[in-house]
Amino acid sequence: MIRLLHNKLVAGEITAVDLAKQYLKTIKEKDGEFGAYLTVLEKQALEEAVIVDERLKRGETIDLLAGIPGAIKDNILMEGIRATSASKILDNYIAPYDATVIAKLKAVHTVMLGKTNMDEFALGSSTENSAYQVTKNPYDLTRVPGGTSGGSAAAVAGSEAVWALGSDTGGSIRQPAAFCGVVGLKPTYGRVSRYGLMAGASSLDQIGPIAQTVEDVAIVFSRIAGYDPHDATSADSGHGKKYEDYLGGDVRGKKIGIPKEYFSSDLDPKIRVLCDQALEYFKSLGIEVREISLPHSSFALPAYYIIQPCEVSSNFARYDGIRYGLSINDEKSSVEEKSTLLETYLDTRRHGFGPEVKRRIMLGTYSLSSGYYDAYYLKAQKVRALLKQDFEKAFEEVDFIFSPTTPEPAFKIGEKTTDPLKMYLGDIYTITANLTGVPALSFPIGTVSEDGKELPIGGQLQGRWFDEETLLCVADAFEKEYERCHSV
Amino acid sequence: MLTEDEVKHIALLSRIGLKEEEIPQYQKDLSAVFDFFRELETLPTDDVAPIGHITGRTDVMRSDECEEFGERGREQMMKNVPETKDGFVKVKSVF
Repeated sequence: MIRLLHNKLVAGEITAVDLAKQYLKTIKEKDGEFGAYLTVLEKQALEEAVIVDERLKRGETIDLLAGIPGAIKDNILMEGIRATSASKILDNYIAPYDATVIAKLKAVHTVMLGKTNMDEFALGSSTENSAYQVTKNPYDLTRVPGGTSGGSAAAVAGSEAVWALGSDTGGSIRQPAAFCGVVGLKPTYGRVSRYGLMAGASSLDQIGPIAQTVEDVAIVFSRIAGYDPHDATSADSGHGKKYEDYLGGDVRGKKIGIPKEYFSSDLDPKIRVLCDQALEYFKSLGIEVREISLPHSSFALPAYYIIQPCEVSSNFARYDGIRYGLSINDEKSSVEEKSTLLETYLDTRRHGFGPEVKRRIMLGTYSLSSGYYDAYYLKAQKVRALLKQDFEKAFEEVDFIFSPTTPEPAFKIGEKTTDPLKMYLGDIYTITANLTGVPALSFPIGTVSEDGKELPIGGQLQGRWFDEETLLCVADAFEKEYERCHSV
Repeated sequence: MLTEDEVKHIALLSRIGLKEEEIPQYQKDLSAVFDFFRELETLPTDDVAPIGHITGRTDVMRSDECEEFGERGREQMMKNVPETKDGFVKVKSVF
């Protein structure tokens, strides 16, 4: 879709201003219903579009992504623009600088339409934890769009943006992409700079693209990836690689592994049917499919829900009511009237954070507290090493690991909000890629019928570390094969 | 099941003010998750070396230089500070 729009821009069939206006109009008409955006940047979007049109008028070559309207998750900083991470504690926070990914996107003159809704501080799986609004799934407005990048996925699925950026700590790009029938990539840890992304769990967080097609995802990904001295975990490789150029390459002879642990008897039969069908498409592309084992899979979820809250609890100490954001001191608990630092901390964080954020901070604080560190955090880090070994072994045998992205389609709004553990269990297929750091892509593999609505299901391919090009190439081939078989 | 006092202690360590009536819910929610963690006890890991992240990179060095954000940067940073005095961030008294 991006290439098509780019060609129209270059041919003069449309202008960047018209394109931006068209998307802004859709947002005005539809976002009351979808609730994907927290902030719409009409003025900035149109100003950037004007620049693109002027460049075209002067006959300059423009980047593939120039003038193509996209949306940015609200935990990514854009200079001078409010960034709340969907939390009341940052209700009045104005980002003082650009995240590296934003600086890179500005450099190619892309058009950014606004900031999207999410679970507060990217904690959740449904975007219901936003302190501001509920985002609805464009396929069925009674259902969640997934989370935490639910606003970004809904914006793309609802034609309110061509592409969007999300962030993925345990599936927060891939699960909403799956629920909304679009494509989402969690890059290899270290591939995309985290500078200017509000830190959640620093060893797991990655920024990545969401779009309608694999090619669109590749185009956006090429423009945000790369080494950044501002992020100490940023990988010094893959400079200036254009991932879209690798699409269409030969995929014959590649091998896909099916972990037997991921396809147990309790997998929803309707999803299993779609997975089997997807594997047939892969086979018809000349790709070999074989069963593999990831023996430590069942330990990934508990390990994740130790490591993630531990890192969150440490990172979130910054929300202290002193340096930025909300500052409250209304519960004078001391005998004296004079307010103290501790009271400011307690009151600010009580009022500013929602229930899930408080739960994770408390889980993490307890797990890291004296006497429990070895039993929880250290143990989880050891499990993480074992999971990585599982993957290293698997990749000696196969090139990719396939599974569904989620164990079920998008669930009803409110269905899981009262049971946090139940919500956590839905992350079963996505979290291992964050713990092991491998790149993982979710893409549509069909729909299932629920209450008379067709709900999208996502398939997930995980690839070798830093080998996004082959991953995207195979998914692109699948997408074309799927379209060919379904257009007859 | 975590006791009420344990939940209060964790909340204080977490610097989160809790109301009395909120405590039973956190007792229930947090205990359910800690019970879930027990699954890890069945996996022997004595001989496994832990990993913190997957890049394998350690001790990434840079020169200890101040990066100048400029007047505008300083202004933008300070605009977000809840309480300032003479261009400084004001911190509440500790006691």
